[in-house]
Amino acid sequence: MAITIKQLVLWLETASQRILQQKSYLTELDQAIGDGDHGINLSRGFQEVTSRIQSTEYDDVGQLFNAVGSTLIQKVGGASGPIYGIAFVKGGAALKGRQEITIAEFSQFLHQGIAAIKSLGKSEEGNKTVLDVWAPVASYLTENGENTDWAKAIDHCWEHAEKTKDLKATKGRASYLGERSIGHLDPGAVSSAYLFEALFQTLADGNRAV
Amino acid sequence: MSRYVGLVLVSHSVDLVYGLQKLISQIEPEVPVAIAGGAEDNEIGTSAIKIKAAVETVRSEKGAILLFDLGSACMNAELALEWLGDQRQVKIADAPLVEGAYAAVIESGCGGSLDEVWQAAQAARCQEKMI
Repeated sequence: MAITIKQLVLWLETASQRILQQKSYLTELDQAIGDGDHGINLSRGFQEVTSRIQSTEYDDVGQLFNAVGSTLIQKVGGASGPIYGIAFVKGGAALKGRQEITIAEFSQFLHQGIAAIKSLGKSEEGNKTVLDVWAPVASYLTENGENTDWAKAIDHCWEHAEKTKDLKATKGRASYLGERSIGHLDPGAVSSAYLFEALFQTLADGNRAV
Repeated sequence: MSRYVGLVLVSHSVDLVYGLQKLISQIEPEVPVAIAGGAEDNEIGTSAIKIKAAVETVRSEKGAILLFDLGSACMNAELALEWLGDQRQVKIADAPLVEGAYAAVIESGCGGSLDEVWQAAQAARCQEKMI
């Protein structure tokens, strides 16, 4: 199964809507353990992404992801801008010139994005960050490939987002809380779950349409 | 070109670095100091684009040192350096913003090299304030 540019654009639009709908919830999560701007910043960033990708015709996945990443880096003032942004910019670099990509290539994009996030954020899985959703999602897609069950994939990403509750934050503003960060969901992990949920829904709908 | 190592002050708040620039420029008015405060819209946050522009303003033959306030400012500073293309003679100091900038501007004003200014900023981490 190939993922087309049209589906990727639809994914990003859906994710953007979802993040906008959940803006207050994400901000609430961030007020508990961060600086309380995650929902506001990220929804603003994704609104900018949507307007940029809607006003341009893309025939190259690499270019599309580069536009998404650069917009997030430019428009989001908080940590989530550079973190999400660098993943799209660096992860998308290998997809230059491609009009559609396979699931395996998409997993590869995620793995490269994860490496970029780790290097920029000097972080690892288990630090209560976006990586605690990105990494299991990437592994899940790599393992299941073309046989991925989209509904199960959605459950998988939420399970991992939920798990951040038990983790102690060692990165970002939440790290100042130390042990007190335990018991709270990581806002970045939750926004990542919305992002990937939107992807899996888009792909499930796409398959049904075929 | 300036004879001094330039300084770039990066903060989530425009007001914070605006005040800090005034403070340190009073001590060494000749040292070029640029600020990159706030997100693109000047709200709380940081902006890699602003940081890059600030570095380009003060970077001399002797280079420039960046000082930042909190975590994500560092990420945007690193991105800005990546965009600069030529990253030689530009270094980020891991130092408290106010004390580090104070130490750095003095070292730069005394004609210090890039490494000396960077070390002066770094040393501010361990400086005792209540003597």
